Amino acid sequence: MRKCSLDSMNLVFAEIAKAASLYLPVDGKDGKTAYTKWEDGLTWSNSLNTVRGPKDFFFPQTENLVEFKTSGKNIEIIDTRSASEDFVVFGVRACDVKSFDVLDRVFLKEPTDSYYASRREHGIIIAAACTKPTETCFCQTFGIDAAAPAGDISIWKTETEVFWQSNTEKGAALLTKLDALTEECSTEAVDAQKEKIAATMKKLPLANLNTDAFGAGKTKEYFDAPEWKELSESCLGCGTCTFVCPTCQCYDIKDFNTGKGVIRFRCWDSCMYSDFTKMSAGQPRLTQTERFRQRFMHKLVYFPENNDGMFSCVGCGRCLAKCPISMNIVKVMKTIGGKENA
Amino acid sequence: MHNHQEPLIPKIGVITDVRMDTPDIKTFRVVTPDGKKAFDHRPGQCAMLSVPGVGEAMFSITSSPTNEEYMEFSIKKCGCVTEWLHQAEPGQQITIRGPYGNPFPVDDEFAGKNLLFIAGGVGLAPLRSVINYCRHYRDRYGKIDIVYGSRSKDDLLDYKEIIDEWANDDNVHVHLTIDREQEGWDGHVGFVPNYVKELGFDTDKTAILCGPPIMIKFTLDGLYALGFEKTQIYTTLEMRMKCGIGKCGRCNVGSKYICKDGPVFRFDELDELPDEY
Repeated sequence: MRKCSLDSMNLVFAEIAKAASLYLPVDGKDGKTAYTKWEDGLTWSNSLNTVRGPKDFFFPQTENLVEFKTSGKNIEIIDTRSASEDFVVFGVRACDVKSFDVLDRVFLKEPTDSYYASRREHGIIIAAACTKPTETCFCQTFGIDAAAPAGDISIWKTETEVFWQSNTEKGAALLTKLDALTEECSTEAVDAQKEKIAATMKKLPLANLNTDAFGAGKTKEYFDAPEWKELSESCLGCGTCTFVCPTCQCYDIKDFNTGKGVIRFRCWDSCMYSDFTKMSAGQPRLTQTERFRQRFMHKLVYFPENNDGMFSCVGCGRCLAKCPISMNIVKVMKTIGGKENA
Repeated sequence: MHNHQEPLIPKIGVITDVRMDTPDIKTFRVVTPDGKKAFDHRPGQCAMLSVPGVGEAMFSITSSPTNEEYMEFSIKKCGCVTEWLHQAEPGQQITIRGPYGNPFPVDDEFAGKNLLFIAGGVGLAPLRSVINYCRHYRDRYGKIDIVYGSRSKDDLLDYKEIIDEWANDDNVHVHLTIDREQEGWDGHVGFVPNYVKELGFDTDKTAILCGPPIMIKFTLDGLYALGFEKTQIYTTLEMRMKCGIGKCGRCNVGSKYICKDGPVFRFDELDELPDEY
C-alpha cells in the first residue's frame, strides 16, 4: 500500500492526466456532484454520490455505431469506429464499480459489443472507499463492501492523506507512475477507516434489506403477484430510474439523416416506456403495470437467472433519491419479497 | 479502424427481385453485391434488414437454406421500414445482418417424424423455409401436412408455389382455407383453427404453428382436444428487436431473449415463460 498527502493530490491528478483523460467527481455551482474532466486546480468533491454514475464513460447515453452514404440505389457502409483514448475515472464508489460487473455480463458476452469492450480496455477505474453513505444506500444488500471497493486501484481518503492499492495489472502500472508522489506505508489508517465505515453501514436505515426472496427461479411465484398493480399505480413512466441507474443497459438504435449521409446511433432506452416493445403487430406490455414489473423482475429474477445469481442492482440509491413519486426498488423488494424484508 | 468484429455493423444486400405476393405482402430476393448469399442460415432463423435513414427491423428468412443462390424475405407492409421496402425496385441496396435466433430442430427432433404445418396469413413466411427444407430432404421425414389459411384467395402467400410445387409432391398434403366465400374459390372456407379440428389429425405428428396470436390460441385448443401434447408443438415468436444479440433488452421475456433464445420455441418451453409475448 502507498500513500500521499491530500495536499499533493493536484500533482497526482496532473501526473495521471499526462497520459490519459481524467474524470473525477466535482461539485457544481448547483450543488450537485458530477464527473468532470480534470484540469489544473479543479477540486475533488467530498461527495462520491454523483448524480449520474460512471456508466456514461463506458456506455454513453448516445453514441454513433456506423455511417451510411447513399447515392441512387447504392449504399456505402462507413465503419467510423476509432480506437478509444486512454482515460481514468477517479473516485468511483464501490457500488458503481460493481455495476461494471453487471454491464460486462451483457456487453462482453459473445458476440461482444466492440464499442463497450474498447472502452473497458482503455479505461482505468480508481475506486474510492465510501466514507459518506447516505440513507438511500443499500450496497451491502448485494454483498458490496463500501469500505473495500474493487476497480483497478482502490483508494482511501482520510483528513490528511490518500492511501492507494492496486488490484489489477492496469492499476499497478498506473500506480508505478505515481511512485515519485507516493510512499510505501502501513495499512493501519486504512484498517481503521474500514472499521469506521463498517460501523456506519450497520446504522443505515436499509442495513437489513436482503435479497433472500429473490433470484433465479422466482418468475412463477412473483409474476402474477397482485401487488404489482398497486406498486405501479402512481408510476409516471418517466424513465428517470433507468437513466440514473448504473446497471440499466437497454438501448435503442436509430438513424439520423445529416443531409450528407446517415448516422446510425444508439441511445439509452427504458423498459418503462410504452414504445419499448410496441410493434406494428401489437403491444405485449399494454399498461405501466407490465412495464414496471419488467424492470424489477429483470433486476431481481431474470438477470440473476442468466448470470449465476448476480443481481442487476448495486444499491447505489439513485433511483430512491430521484423518482418523482418516491417509488423504488426497495419498496418493491419489501412488498413483493414479503415478510423477511419488512 | 477497429480490430474487433462488430455485430451491429451490417453488410450490403441487393434486392434482385420483388414479387407481389398478396395486396400487402411482397417477397424480396436479396444477395450481396457480388451476387452471393449474405450468410448461411438454418430454417426459422431471422435477419436484420435496414434502409439507412429509415430504420432497421427483424424479418424471418422465408427461403430454405438449401437455396444456395439467394435469400428471400416475405414482408407485409405495416410500418416505416416495410412501407419503404414495398416501394423498392430490383437493384436497390439495403443492409443485412444475421443470422439470428435458434432454428427449428429440423435435423434432430423433426427427423423421421410426420409433420403438420399450420399457418395463418403472413405466418407462412417463417414456415416456408422449414417446409422447403423438409421437401428438399424428403426421405428424412414422414408424412407432411400443411394447413394454411388467409383472409381471401388473394391473401394466400406463395400461392403459386403451393399449388405448382407443394401440392404436387408425393406424400405432401396441402389443405388451404380462406375466411369467407369468394368467387373463383372452390376450396375450403373457414378459419384455420376450425379447419384443423375438421381435418382431425392423428397425434403421431409434430405440429409447427405460426400465425396471428388469436389463431395460435384457438388452434392450440384444437390440437390439445385432438390429444396433442405440448412437447409435440412448436411455434416462432415475434417481439420488437433492435440488436438481435440479446443486449438491447427489448425482446426480453422472463429470463429469455426472443432474438437469441427463440424465436423458435416448443410449447412446453413457453410454459416456463411469463405470458407476455
